Amino acid sequence: MTSRTLHDARVVETTDVAVGARRVVLEPPTGARRRADPGTHLDVRVEVPGGRPEIRSYSVVDSTPDGSRLAITVLRSPTSRGGSAHVHRLRPGDVLRCTAPLQNFPVRIGAQRYLLLAGGVGITALAATARTLTRLGADVDLVYAGRSRDRMPYLQDLQAELGDRVHPAVSEEGDRLDVDALIARTAREAPGTEAYVCGPLGLLDAVTRAWRRHGLPPTALRYETFGSSGRHSAQAFRVQLPALGIETVVEPGSTVLESLQRSGADLMYDCLKGECGLCVLPVRHVDGLVDHRDVYLSEQQREAADSLCVCVSRVAAGPQGREPLLVLDLP
Amino acid sequence: MTRRTTVTELDVPGRVTAKIFPHPLNAWYAVAWDHEVTAKAPTARTVAGRPLALYRTQDGRPVALDDACWHRLAPLSLGKLVGRDGIQCPYHGLQYNAAGRCTAMPAQPTVNPSALVTSHPVVERHRYVWVWPGDPLLADAATIPDMHQMDSPEWAGDGLTIEAPCNYQLILDNLMDLTHEEFVHGSSIGQAELSESEFTTRHEDDGSVTVTRWMRDVEPPPFWRKNMRDKFPGFEGRVDRWQIIHYYAPSTICIDVGVAEAGTGAPEGDRSRGVNGYVMNTITPETDTTSHYFWAFMRNYRLDSQLITTQLREGVRGVFAEDEAMLVAQQRAIDANPDKVFYSLTVDAGGMWVRRTLDRMLAAEGRALTIPASPASPATAPARATS
Ligand code: FES
Ligand code: FES
Ligand SMILES: [Fe+2]
Repeated sequence: MTSRTLHDARVVETTDVAVGARRVVLEPPTGARRRADPGTHLDVRVEVPGGRPEIRSYSVVDSTPDGSRLAITVLRSPTSRGGSAHVHRLRPGDVLRCTAPLQNFPVRIGAQRYLLLAGGVGITALAATARTLTRLGADVDLVYAGRSRDRMPYLQDLQAELGDRVHPAVSEEGDRLDVDALIARTAREAPGTEAYVCGPLGLLDAVTRAWRRHGLPPTALRYETFGSSGRHSAQAFRVQLPALGIETVVEPGSTVLESLQRSGADLMYDCLKGECGLCVLPVRHVDGLVDHRDVYLSEQQREAADSLCVCVSRVAAGPQGREPLLVLDLP
Repeated sequence: MTRRTTVTELDVPGRVTAKIFPHPLNAWYAVAWDHEVTAKAPTARTVAGRPLALYRTQDGRPVALDDACWHRLAPLSLGKLVGRDGIQCPYHGLQYNAAGRCTAMPAQPTVNPSALVTSHPVVERHRYVWVWPGDPLLADAATIPDMHQMDSPEWAGDGLTIEAPCNYQLILDNLMDLTHEEFVHGSSIGQAELSESEFTTRHEDDGSVTVTRWMRDVEPPPFWRKNMRDKFPGFEGRVDRWQIIHYYAPSTICIDVGVAEAGTGAPEGDRSRGVNGYVMNTITPETDTTSHYFWAFMRNYRLDSQLITTQLREGVRGVFAEDEAMLVAQQRAIDANPDKVFYSLTVDAGGMWVRRTLDRMLAAEGRALTIPASPASPATAPARATS
């Protein structure tokens, strides 16, 4: 949708909004101004030690309606690879190379109720969503978990604006978020809830598990994911399709589907995102760990490991460390 | 109903007399009377060129989904309602919830996460269901026009819908200039004094427009004589008559109408010796050349008389049938004369301000006929003026 072109945005304001959390207000050049809808982020070019530029994504916390000013908020992480340090060094007048607002966490209106669940700096992805849904008159609750109030950016602002729709869970005050109890209550009292989650992986895992355990519809749980969702990192592996006499290698930057097509196989596919299931092929044999990266197969089908979405899924090396191999059939 | 003609642009910049006017998308439009949207079965209705499937959830919330299934675009409005807030496609059975998210795909165990149809913001107010066909994130229920007479205990009345085969702007023109009553409605509400009396036109920063016309010491036309006699049995004599037309963007017009015994102070504010009604009109563009025209007549006297409610509704229905015949004929003439333009008279002042408001709304969407789009100029009108 939106172009990923980088442009020079001017830093017009930097403020500490919580312990270690710096708010940076950017002014994009006139031609690159676009309204930042809730759920949008900026891809930002940062310098990491050694001078290599890298791209990081930061949610737009708030913005002017015409996109002339956009705020991001970055937590200075002690384990930073350099991205957060770069942003924390910025001063008014500096320039930051970044994209226009990009959307991959859109809010949909019309749900019976919304549960927004933010952990720490994850609030940056949900603050604008909470404000917008409130203005639209939706039934919305924002659960905001953190260690201490001084480590929870925008908590006070949001409480002032949204009142008792905001439910802080501050662990140092003995108020640790009980994810299971929260989701159980949702299932009991408002099964029509749509949940949006942003926070550390632990929170996400806990929510996903509780959501499933309490029988809530998987499509009503939305979370922010940047990038690939594989459990294993991509590596090269061999793939064979005996029915067509094909043997080839799938490089880290390629897919099973592409490699087989390049070797002459005529295969059906459509979405290329692991959603539609049109590319699924039967698995005859695997040497290594199957990394299902699709959302089409059910959990039982994954465990059986007798089929694979060849557009996204991969194989990684098993414990024996042998070169991974995938042998596929035609349906 | 799906016939489309192209928008006729102006040849003179700065004048907004396009014959067929495009409709703003970022606006609330009445999509149905509240009783037309049910929890039993979906209703199909097109608003601003978008086919919608309307229904109510089990707990009574109205829902407006795009009427085209994510899968193969079959109309959801032909499907059935399922569960607490869902609708099922009649073709392969995909189910959606009120947010338009697909919740079940019968032929497979999982649901494609990108499967959804657009769910539009919906608000129920003033006996209508309102929908926002444009960008959902800009919707603000506070901008729904004030039609409180529709459901206030101080007013009584009823209305109907006209499926008008004409562009919505033609209906707005018709309501902003009531001098046509003398010619179109001669047997009920028309009289010569309509064209002879002075009127004022005012417009406000929010785009609203008011046209005020007083006719002092005139013979009441048949419709108004009857209404006076409902309140003051045996009434005879002359009246002071008023028409105060309130336009609210984009397409709602509430007309304060009435007559009072001549010389009893109605123009100065004492309406106690008179009868007062409100003609409530809200027009929803269906396509460029068809409109849903919702109207009602509300009165603030003899509130408990269902007889009067019915008589007034039927009386106004007859009057509006005369308008409809003219509007249909006008749209046909416009279609048959693509090269001819509109000219304006002083009586068009109200309608011309309406066009300017609409053009500013369109400008904010980057679709203006005459005003260049600029992010720095929001859709607000300059300071008010009087003509
Ligand atoms: S092409 Fe759609 S799942 Fe692979
Ligand atoms: S078109 Fe709706 S389910 Fe196939
Ligand atoms: Fe008329």
